[in-house]
Amino acid sequence: MAAPQTIRPEDEADEPVPAMQQLLDNPFLLLFIGIAMPTVLYVVWGVMEIVGIPLAR
Amino acid sequence: MAINRNFRTCPTTGLVFHEQADRLIRWNAVAGVVSLLVGGVLALLVTLTRWPAVHLLPADWFYLVLTAHGLDMLVFWIIFFEIAVLYFCGAVLLRCRIAAPRWAWLGFALMVIGAVTNNVAVFRGDSSVMFTSYAPMGAHPAFYLGLILFAVGALIGCFVFLGTLVVARSEGTFHGSLPLVTFGAVTACIIAIFTIASGAIILIPTFLWSIGLVSHIDSLMYRTVWWAFGHSSQQINVAAHVSIWYAIAAIVFGAKALSERVSRTAFLLYICFLQLASAHHLLADPGLTSNWKIFNTSYAMYLAVLASMVHGLTVPGAIEVAQREKGYNRGLFEWLRKAPWGNPVFSGMFISLVGFGFLGGISGVMMGTEQLNLIIHNTIYVPGHFHATVVVGTTLAFMSMTYFLIPVLFRRELMFPGLARWQPYLFGLGMSSFALFMMGAGTLGVPRRHWDITFAGNPLGYEFPGTAYLMMGIMALSGIVAVVGGIAYLLITVGSVFFGKRIGGSEFKALSVREGRASPPAPQPVAAAITGHGSIGIGGFVAPGTFTLALVFLVAFVLYYFVNWKYLSTLWPLS
Amino acid sequence: MSAIQPPAVRVWWKQPLDRVEGTWIAIAFVWCLVMFFMMPYWHVYGKQNLSNEAYRTTPERYQQKTQEIVDRYTVRTETDLKVPVVHPPAGSDVYLIARLWQWWPMLELEEGKTYRLHLASMDWLHGFSLQPENINVEVHPGYEHVVTLTPTRAGTYSIICNEYCGINHHTMASRLYVVKR
Ligand code: HEM
Ligand SMILES: [Cu+2]
Ligand SMILES: [Cu+2]
Repeated sequence: MAAPQTIRPEDEADEPVPAMQQLLDNPFLLLFIGIAMPTVLYVVWGVMEIVGIPLAR
Repeated sequence: MAINRNFRTCPTTGLVFHEQADRLIRWNAVAGVVSLLVGGVLALLVTLTRWPAVHLLPADWFYLVLTAHGLDMLVFWIIFFEIAVLYFCGAVLLRCRIAAPRWAWLGFALMVIGAVTNNVAVFRGDSSVMFTSYAPMGAHPAFYLGLILFAVGALIGCFVFLGTLVVARSEGTFHGSLPLVTFGAVTACIIAIFTIASGAIILIPTFLWSIGLVSHIDSLMYRTVWWAFGHSSQQINVAAHVSIWYAIAAIVFGAKALSERVSRTAFLLYICFLQLASAHHLLADPGLTSNWKIFNTSYAMYLAVLASMVHGLTVPGAIEVAQREKGYNRGLFEWLRKAPWGNPVFSGMFISLVGFGFLGGISGVMMGTEQLNLIIHNTIYVPGHFHATVVVGTTLAFMSMTYFLIPVLFRRELMFPGLARWQPYLFGLGMSSFALFMMGAGTLGVPRRHWDITFAGNPLGYEFPGTAYLMMGIMALSGIVAVVGGIAYLLITVGSVFFGKRIGGSEFKALSVREGRASPPAPQPVAAAITGHGSIGIGGFVAPGTFTLALVFLVAFVLYYFVNWKYLSTLWPLS
Repeated sequence: MSAIQPPAVRVWWKQPLDRVEGTWIAIAFVWCLVMFFMMPYWHVYGKQNLSNEAYRTTPERYQQKTQEIVDRYTVRTETDLKVPVVHPPAGSDVYLIARLWQWWPMLELEEGKTYRLHLASMDWLHGFSLQPENINVEVHPGYEHVVTLTPTRAGTYSIICNEYCGINHHTMASRLYVVKR
């Protein structure tokens, strides 16, 4: 293995946090996604289909 | 009023417990175990009735007891325990005080009142509607009211958990990102909030309908929205028990995720797509189009299945790496052979993982396929599948977690350690066999929730093949083995909590915010920080054993999946 | 750092993938795509797909339409309850009522012929479960589901109810005859 060179937290502090990690570190943004996705794709879409069922002859 | 800032440190594990969090976790876990006890007695009665040779209960009692079993197990046992898990992953793992303990207690009280109200409604005898309570079949208003109160209480619990994250961040009790296990708990919490919201949307109108304030509940609308609640709540379980797998791997082996990025992205896929799969309950229903069904039942192209397959690899993979680093580096499986199979914390977790994947996962994806659903919808295959997921998977994972929590949280030594060694095998293997034979009988068309598959005295009855009866018999016998395992669990946990030898040396002391701050992370060697593992494994694969197991899983999955398509193709053409 | 502690490094997103994980993710993803595309594939090339044709209806209207085919095509009655056995012409619309706790009427279909089978409930949910063929469809009140089906083997089949529908759920059973022409 390479010589035990070390990263100190302070050196690392300059490095910007990638956008995906920022998303994963933000529970409230995740909460929004976790509610919005199934609400739109499952509930709203499903209810629209049910409402649109035609009347029988 | 002063904030309670009393903390204690567990001398063996180093975990830090806030006094209120400690108490809340204990009470929620206890309420869960009480529900499990009630549900377990009912499980035995149901099993003995579905054993054709015994056929214990009369029809009205069977349907009543089945309703209560579903609710006490699936809703009350699981969710009480999940709230305990949330508080543990929040307050304890973040070494933080719990936010708004009074609200947390209010939530707990509502949950208890709700659970009792609902049980009373069921046992009065006029609410044998199954836990799904499909309108327009109606139950007593107290049935719905109990569920609503319980759900509100659980919702409060979710927000207390999120609040605790905020407190931990602002008081600096940890640095950087959340621990992976806590992140898994966040996933569970998010799914829970969607679940409860859907529950409110459907149960509140149904409650109003039961007291005459709403005139009509549409059955298709009910099933669609109800399953956004009913199935999503199973997804809370998945997120929760996957987190517990990671936690146990960390506790028993000191394992860390192979990579944070992969495991967390897998949880993100859960957050985005897991709840869509509620649609697999509606595949045999009229009026919803194949577009909606295919997109939703497949979790948008099986992205959440992908996530589960990833966790199924990374949890044992992390264990394998930890074991190999300890020197068990020979061959493909030395790490597994030398694992602590006599420690119920580990053995339970491992059986949970394998059972959930092989039995629950494969069968779930099979029956969640739009067309394949035709051959299993509402057969006893369905309870076969979910006893593999929610009992072998979730319940057993929670059971193994309690073996860890009893000394750490309840400060008692485990009683009957010899029995505890065997408990996960009895319960896990009994339940796996139970689930397997249920699925077998379901493949032959045996219906679920059915008091009499002999159709005695009915001139138009159907005669099931002898194999179906045989399978129902073996199912019942395996169920009894599992019940014995369940009794062992209750004996050990209740015995230890009340009569176990006390463990001292961990008293609550007031701790200021400053003292509670986490120290900055220690410097990391670059190589370790990047890959984390040295020269272990075979052929550039750090976890070759796990990879081999994963391939075995995949082969089983592919074969079983296509066998069912083959079976489907022999059916009468339908369009 | 173990999974119950915060990650050791501040920025973990850039850590390279492990080979085990990368390989498995690729394999698993391919399998997921295969499973996904099996469903549309079967709609095009497979023969067993549940129909999307459904209408909103009322018990009265549906009862009336069923009564019409019973009046027209009944060939005999069975059991003490005198349940009519209906033998409709091949290719026609066939109506089946699900109600507490009976399927009505009984059907007699011809082998190899295609029918438009209408399903609806008069009261609560029921489950159409055709045995031993093992075709299972949910039956709703207020919705009329039209399933096109072709019995391929002559014989006596059973229709049982596999959606819990109250205290006599387990008594709800009927027959379906498939006869050679
Ligand atoms: C020793 C353990 C257990 C045994 C032997 C057992 C047995 C059974 C049996 C025989 C049925 C009836 C299936 C039917 O007729 O449709 C059933 C249903 C059910 N069980 Fe269990 N069970 C056990 C534990 C659990 C646990 C731990 C859970 C949840 C966490 C659970 C959840 C359910 C649910 C949700 C149903 C369906 C009820 C319904 O159809 O409404 N069971 N169980
Ligand atoms: Cu029925
Ligand atoms: Cu029924």
